[in-house]
Amino acid sequence: MDRSEIEKLAHLARLEIRPEEIDEVATRISNVLALVDQLQALDTGNVAPMAHPLDAVQRLRADEVTEPNRRDEFLAIAPATENGLYLVPKVID
Amino acid sequence: MHNLTIAQMIRELRQKTFSSVELTEHFLARIERLDSNYNSFVTVTREQALQQARQADARLAAGNAPALCGIPLAHKDIFCTTGVRTSCGSKMLDNFVPPYDATIVENYLRDGVVMLGKTNMDEFAMGSSNETSYYGPVKNPWALNCVPGGSSGGSAASVAARITPAATASDTGGSIRQPASLCGITGIKPTYGRVSRWGMIAFASSLDQAGLMTRTAEDAALLLNTMASFDAKDSTCVDEPIPDYTATLNESLSGLRIGVPKEYFGEGLNEGTARAVEDAIKTFEKLGASVHSVSLPHSHIAVPAYYVIAPAECSANLSRFDGVRYGYRCANPQSLEDLYKRSRSEGFGEEVKRRIMVGCYALSAGYYDAYYAKAQKARRLIKQDFVDAFKTVDVIMGPTAPSPAFEFGAKSKDPVAMYLEDIYTIATNLAGLPGMSIPCGLVDGKPVGLQIIGNYFAEARMLNIAHQFQQNTQFHDLAPAGI
Repeated sequence: MDRSEIEKLAHLARLEIRPEEIDEVATRISNVLALVDQLQALDTGNVAPMAHPLDAVQRLRADEVTEPNRRDEFLAIAPATENGLYLVPKVID
Repeated sequence: MHNLTIAQMIRELRQKTFSSVELTEHFLARIERLDSNYNSFVTVTREQALQQARQADARLAAGNAPALCGIPLAHKDIFCTTGVRTSCGSKMLDNFVPPYDATIVENYLRDGVVMLGKTNMDEFAMGSSNETSYYGPVKNPWALNCVPGGSSGGSAASVAARITPAATASDTGGSIRQPASLCGITGIKPTYGRVSRWGMIAFASSLDQAGLMTRTAEDAALLLNTMASFDAKDSTCVDEPIPDYTATLNESLSGLRIGVPKEYFGEGLNEGTARAVEDAIKTFEKLGASVHSVSLPHSHIAVPAYYVIAPAECSANLSRFDGVRYGYRCANPQSLEDLYKRSRSEGFGEEVKRRIMVGCYALSAGYYDAYYAKAQKARRLIKQDFVDAFKTVDVIMGPTAPSPAFEFGAKSKDPVAMYLEDIYTIATNLAGLPGMSIPCGLVDGKPVGLQIIGNYFAEARMLNIAHQFQQNTQFHDLAPAGI
């Protein structure tokens, strides 16, 4: 993997990689991808992908409110809140 | 007191040999005196434990208390516990105090179990050595210069050192079985969907499963009775009847057909480990079982398939850690992008960041079919191998880990070498099958585990098999020098 691919990947993952670390990260990730490339040799022609070990499907329930509103408890553990809202740096100029 | 099994403690509590408060004090004192040698606890909940023990003693006195009432245990720091920090071994959650309990924590509280504290683990459950924790590595009580295994290293080490009678843990690629093997204790990962994942911090949602570390199969059966439940809040939970796992522990093994996969005895397996596992299997023949060679032909692609699926799922699960609603936030974020990038880069360790990026790559446009979809197809082939094997055998046995515990730093420079630690355990998670590890010997003074893989929802049978082995051998009674 080259430097620009690592930079793009880091951005997708919203991670910051310092310039001096990029080469080492590239090497380590390339090693993992080399391990994973063994999959390419496998013949999976007619095989359906398996997302769940028991091929389960999503259960449905009636559209009724069953949970209590615990907003204040959840806000209490947040870094920055105001008037029931989570605060972040300004998004719109 | 710490040499008693939970089964024995239950009897002694009812005979009033000691109280739950005395039992809890005993373990709290041991943790305080000994855990600096192992670093197996992140948080010890002393006051809460004593409060719970007093309540348990009251319930025991009133009569009709549940079986586990008054028994102390520790929870892996991946399970949310109301009002008690739940760190997942990470700086990202060092300040996270959950406002709710995981379902398994609730189940144990309801039955009067006493929580001693939260155990150390590899960060976000990613690792096989407990070297990646923000709180420092855990040391193996059998050899303090060696790893206990991971990711549930703290749970395994604390049980091996007998500073807790049992601990909850989790297993995504082997994180219960491999540390149980390296620490000489009993570990069980139930069938995927047997135990609720509600409140268990998610790593790879189609692979994660909660389970147990104990010193005996009987203790695991007692604890699994409370741990297993159908939970509507976990949409991947399976509504399968829950037996009393202790009721069938003493059934005969006569007629049991054991499959031994030839692919699990090839290159890379330590000779001493192979011999100990082969001897254990011979013990089963003396107990009336027959042994058959089986083949799991897609074994060699289990690790590659896992290292696509698990990082892909982890990259999605860990995207919730953004410095907004809980957990670590960087200082003075200049923009939203800066908030996300610096909170995540400062909060996560190197292995976690590496896996997130591998996961993003596998799921990104242009690569999804070649990696993620391909791995999902490989997964079905791996499951089919087991389904085919279970047509001719009842249970599969082999080594849990390729060798006994290795020294700190021996594998941490090369991620792929570390990943191969899970070579015998990973396929079980991909297939969703239940797996156990039980001690079966020592090599150079370090424990070796026998892995038992059962068919879907066969935990009762596996516990029976493990219990019969433990009734006829002494490996599970061995303790590290000085314990």
